[in-house]
Amino acid sequence: MKLRNALFAASALVSVTATAALADGHATTLTIATVNNGDMIRMQGLTDDFTEKTGHTVEWVTLEENVLRQRVTTDITTNGGAFDIMTIGMYETPIWGANDWLVPLDDLSDEYNVDDLLPAMRAGLSHEGTLYAAPFYGESSMIMYRTDLMEAAGMEMPEAPTWQFIREAAAAMTDRDNEINGICLRGKAGWGEGGAFITVTANSFGARWFDEEWNAQFDQPEWAEALNFYVGMMEESGPPGYATNGFNENLSLFQQGKCGMWIDATVAASFVTNPNDSTVADSVGFALAPNSEGVEKKSNWLWAWALAIPAGTQKADAAKEFIEWATSTDYIELVAENEGWANVPPGARTSLYENANYKDIPFAKMTLDSILAADPTDPTVDPVPYVGIQFVAIPEFAGIATEVSQEFSAAYAGQQTVEEALEKAQAITNEAMEAAGYR
Amino acid sequence: MVRAVTTQRKALNTAIAWTVGLLIFFPILWTILTSFKTEAQAIADPPIFLFFDWTLENYAVVQERSNYMRFLWNSVFIAGGSTILGVIIAVPAAWSMAFVPSKRTKDILLWMLSTKMLPAVGVLYPIYLIFIKLGILDSRIGLTVVLMLINLPIIVWMLYTYFKEIPGEILEAARMDGASLRNEILYVLTPMAIPGIASTLLLNFILAWNEAFWTLNLTAAQAAPLTAFIASYSSPEGLFFAKLSAASTMAIAPILILGWFSQKQLVRGLTFGAVK
Repeated sequence: MKLRNALFAASALVSVTATAALADGHATTLTIATVNNGDMIRMQGLTDDFTEKTGHTVEWVTLEENVLRQRVTTDITTNGGAFDIMTIGMYETPIWGANDWLVPLDDLSDEYNVDDLLPAMRAGLSHEGTLYAAPFYGESSMIMYRTDLMEAAGMEMPEAPTWQFIREAAAAMTDRDNEINGICLRGKAGWGEGGAFITVTANSFGARWFDEEWNAQFDQPEWAEALNFYVGMMEESGPPGYATNGFNENLSLFQQGKCGMWIDATVAASFVTNPNDSTVADSVGFALAPNSEGVEKKSNWLWAWALAIPAGTQKADAAKEFIEWATSTDYIELVAENEGWANVPPGARTSLYENANYKDIPFAKMTLDSILAADPTDPTVDPVPYVGIQFVAIPEFAGIATEVSQEFSAAYAGQQTVEEALEKAQAITNEAMEAAGYR
Repeated sequence: MVRAVTTQRKALNTAIAWTVGLLIFFPILWTILTSFKTEAQAIADPPIFLFFDWTLENYAVVQERSNYMRFLWNSVFIAGGSTILGVIIAVPAAWSMAFVPSKRTKDILLWMLSTKMLPAVGVLYPIYLIFIKLGILDSRIGLTVVLMLINLPIIVWMLYTYFKEIPGEILEAARMDGASLRNEILYVLTPMAIPGIASTLLLNFILAWNEAFWTLNLTAAQAAPLTAFIASYSSPEGLFFAKLSAASTMAIAPILILGWFSQKQLVRGLTFGAVK
């Protein structure tokens, strides 16, 4: 009898505790899908702080970027509910927000200070003024160059160079006998790889993907000029096989001292200046991404990895708590305390760039200037019907741009001419846009 | 003279076999070597082969960051479960096709195999929706069933080929001696087809272990096997090749060891019929 009473009391206690825990939102485990990069891995290591503060635990699903994109897209379009928080980018956020697939982040706490988010980031992660994802870190693109090689070439890098200067400097720095390529740029097919790079390059020559009636613009002279310039410069001063080089291939070349210049994501600055991995860590300079002479728009992009809550989750409140924690100023200070200021997630908050400790980081100012120079609502010279700098924020873009970038890569590899590639790009894009009902 | 030629040919065959073997194994060897390098050594040009400062740091990082044992257990459960389940279903199917064929048996076999030609992504959404409805998303049971269904055509085909090698008269004799259908399959057919069944089990275990489409798309945190473990170390923005290699080595080690110890059975099963 005593045993039965004891068991009854124990089970009652357990159920009361469990009910109480559920009622006040505690004892929740959040499943978060994320990408494998330094900032995200650092966040995983610091999650105990979140658990201590809120009681919620976290299960991480870390995947390679492209796998993650496919995985979370499948889940959100089917309302699967496999994840409570998803790491998504600036391309997906406005599209998914418009489809009501994400929980709006319009009730974040006062302490969070949503107005501190960099305006470009906030705009890129919103739809019709409503924020749908909080930026964890933001990035633009900029020039990273070898100060020693530039000096040896007898040239000086301006803070805001033109493409024409870059081409001249690349030729002067190229030393084929010593395997030094004047410039390393992305050529790999894929909308987020070479496709992104050639799109921002084209912007800086005054080209655009679509006119205001959604007609493809690859038959316009600006595209021919941009693509011919890129191919010409890479043939003169680029590494062999550049048509298959993406971010990682160029990072490897630069770290081994085989590139005079590299124009790519600002996040690369911390890699190339890390003496453990880079043989040229102490001779790297930074400059704004170039523009063509006579064109105001620069060739820098804007991207953010952001945290969003899928509408299918049952744990939206706890998920919001996590997002507030991970994208807060307190979190930035936590990282600085544990890993140093050079490792805090950049490009998301204005206050970071006002912080005296962060101002000492060599690439901090250039990163901010690059982000501020990018405007997703006004990416190129002529008006466009879309939002986005290195992409067009419509669902069809990923498919179209992947095909188009394959044609461009074939031109870089010498399998077809630039004119042929542009002709095919024009046909592919117009056909897809017609099928999708834009034209 | 004849003997000398034979020896020469043997030596040549051995050399060719070793060369081909090493070529096939080289990527795995390179992965294992890279896992003991630093990230800088992993991307060095020219590549460093053996003479570098060996480090276990990558394994330590991977161990700290990931719950390896959970991924491993999920892999063992899913690959083992799907293979055993598949063989249980396939043995009677292959028996009927091999010993009591109908006019359409060949067509059915080909139709079954043709399902392997459909790109998996074509049925991703229907299967994902079924999983949501059944509440088995991110579950080991769900994944076991899917992998079993995917490998079933291969299992049936392999068993059918082995069973065809067994003379039907032996089974007839068993029947005349009064064996029931169950006893005929269990006590007469199965023992004779053991090498074939063993190699089918092994091959399908390996296929299920390496399956990386469904295992990535139908799992999240709970049922993710070692393929997801590897995928978590791959990155298009950042050179983490040494850590990726350490994760890959940890993922392939169990299956490599299993393959090594069972290679005789595997080769025998793949190259010999039941009664030869």
